[in-house]
Amino acid sequence: MSNVVLELKDVDVFYGDFQALFKVSFKVEEGMTFAFIGANGGGKSTLLRTIAGLQRPSSGHVLFHGEPVDQFPAHKRVGMGIALVPEGRRVFPSLTVRENLVIGAYGGRKGDWNIESVTELFPLLKPLMKRQASSLSGGEQQALAIGRALMSNPELLLLDEVSLGLAPVVIKRIYEAMVLLVGSGHTILVVEQDVQHVLTVADYVACFLEGKVALEGKPADLTSEAITAAYFGM
Amino acid sequence: MTWANVAIQGILLGGLYALFATGLALVFGVMRMVNLAHGDLGILAAFVALFIVQSFGLPLLWASVVTIIVMFLVGYVLQRGLLNHTLGADDTRPIVVTFGLSIIIQNGLIMWFSADSQGLDAGTIENISVKVSDQLSIGWFPLIVFLAAVAVIGALEFFLARFKLGRAFRATSDDREAAELMGINNKHIYALAMAIALAIVAVAGVLLAIRTTFDPTQGSFRLIYAFEAVIMGGMGSMWGTLLGGIVLGVSQTIGTQAFGAGWGLVVGHLVFLTVLAVRPSGFFAKTVTA
Repeated sequence: MSNVVLELKDVDVFYGDFQALFKVSFKVEEGMTFAFIGANGGGKSTLLRTIAGLQRPSSGHVLFHGEPVDQFPAHKRVGMGIALVPEGRRVFPSLTVRENLVIGAYGGRKGDWNIESVTELFPLLKPLMKRQASSLSGGEQQALAIGRALMSNPELLLLDEVSLGLAPVVIKRIYEAMVLLVGSGHTILVVEQDVQHVLTVADYVACFLEGKVALEGKPADLTSEAITAAYFGM
Repeated sequence: MTWANVAIQGILLGGLYALFATGLALVFGVMRMVNLAHGDLGILAAFVALFIVQSFGLPLLWASVVTIIVMFLVGYVLQRGLLNHTLGADDTRPIVVTFGLSIIIQNGLIMWFSADSQGLDAGTIENISVKVSDQLSIGWFPLIVFLAAVAVIGALEFFLARFKLGRAFRATSDDREAAELMGINNKHIYALAMAIALAIVAVAGVLLAIRTTFDPTQGSFRLIYAFEAVIMGGMGSMWGTLLGGIVLGVSQTIGTQAFGAGWGLVVGHLVFLTVLAVRPSGFFAKTVTA
C-alpha cells in the first residue's frame, strides 16, 4: 500500500443537536486528487472543516500520516501541512493582496511557495498586489484565496467549493492550476457541487448524502446514473 | 487671545482623552469586544504607580515604566484567563463580565486605598510653561501629554501596518476563522491586544494622576469620555480616536469658557450627540467587516 497522507476513522460531527457527519471513514494517498461531491447540506464542508481543525469530531479520529491530530487546533494544523481554502474564499478584505499572501506564510513552514511562485501560478494577481482584497472580483479573490493557502507550503490542500459563483473561464483556469499542483506533489481534497469539472481531475470520488458516503469509487468506474442516484438519494 | 488659549488647552486635553480611548478602540477593533472596565483599569494603573512610589520609593518615571509593564501582563492574563472565555456565544457576555470587573476594581481600590483623592507628584514639570506670546503660554505638562498621545498612536499604527504581528491583528479583526487557517492563534492575538491596550491605558492613567487628583470612582467618567472619543473618531481608526478626543476636549474647554464651570461637560456631551446624529459612523469611518 502506498503512502497514506490522511485517514478518517468513524468520524461523527455534531452542530449542537444536529449530526452533520455519520461514521465517516476513508483514506487519502499521497499525490491523489480526492473529490467529494453531493448536494447542499450533505456534510462536505463540515468534513473539510473537521480535517482542518475548525470543527471537532464528537467521536472517531482524524489521522495525518498515521498520527491522530484531534487534539490540535486549526492554527497548529497549518504548520503540520494542512491548508484549507474555505468556502466563500474568505480573503482578508482590509488587507492588500500582497498582505493576504504574506500572512498565508505566517506559520513559517518551509517549501517552494512564495509570492513569486504563486503569481507564476496565478499571473492575474501580479498587477493587483497593492490593491485591497475587498476590491477584487470573485475570480481574483478565489485565486488569492488559493494562493494564500499555498503560501503555507501545505502537503494536503483542502479546497471547498472553489468554483462556486465564478465565470466558466475562471473555473477552467482554477482547475488547470489544480492539475499543476498535483503534478508538483500536493495531495488535494476538493469539495464541489459541480460534478462535471471535478470528475475530470479527480482520481477518486466520494458522494455525500446527508452526512454519509453514499457512493465512492474511481470516476471511470462510476456511471453517471449511479452518481445521479447517490447525489439525489434516489 | 483668550479663545485661542482655551482652544489650545482643549486640544491638549484631547490628547489625554485619546490616550484613554486608544486601548478601547484597539480591543474593539481586534475582537469586537466592548470593555466596560477600561476606564477603571486606567485608574487602577494610577494606583499601581502610587503604590510603587509610596512603598518602594521609586522615582515616578521608573514607577511609571514598571506600571506599564505590570498592566501589560495584567492585560495578557486577564484576556487569556477570563475574557477569552466570554467571547463567541453572544455579545452580551463580555459586557456583563467587564461591567462586573469594573465594580470589583472600583470597590477593591476603595477597600485598599480608601475613597480619598490621591495625586502623583511629578515635580516642577507640572507648573512650568512655554510662552508663545504675551497672552498665550502653553504648559509643558499638557504638551507632553499630547505629544505622548501622538507618539503612542503613531507607534500603534506603525505596528499594525508594518509588523508581522500587526498584520495578524488586522487579519484576525477581518476574519477570525480565516486567520486561524493561516496559523494565527486568535487567543494569543486577543491577549496581546488587551495587553497593549492596558499598557496604553496605564500611560493615560499615570498622566491623568499627575495632571489632576484621582480617586477609585473616576474610571466610569473616563470610560464615557473614551467612548465618545472612539465613536466620534470612527470605530477602529486610531487617528480618528485622537481627533475625537480633541473635539471632545475643545468642546469642553470652550463650553466652560463660554457658559461657566460645569457647562464644559454638558457642551462636550452635546457636541458628541450632534456628531453622532450627523455622522453616525464617525470622522474616519472604516468599513467594519460583518
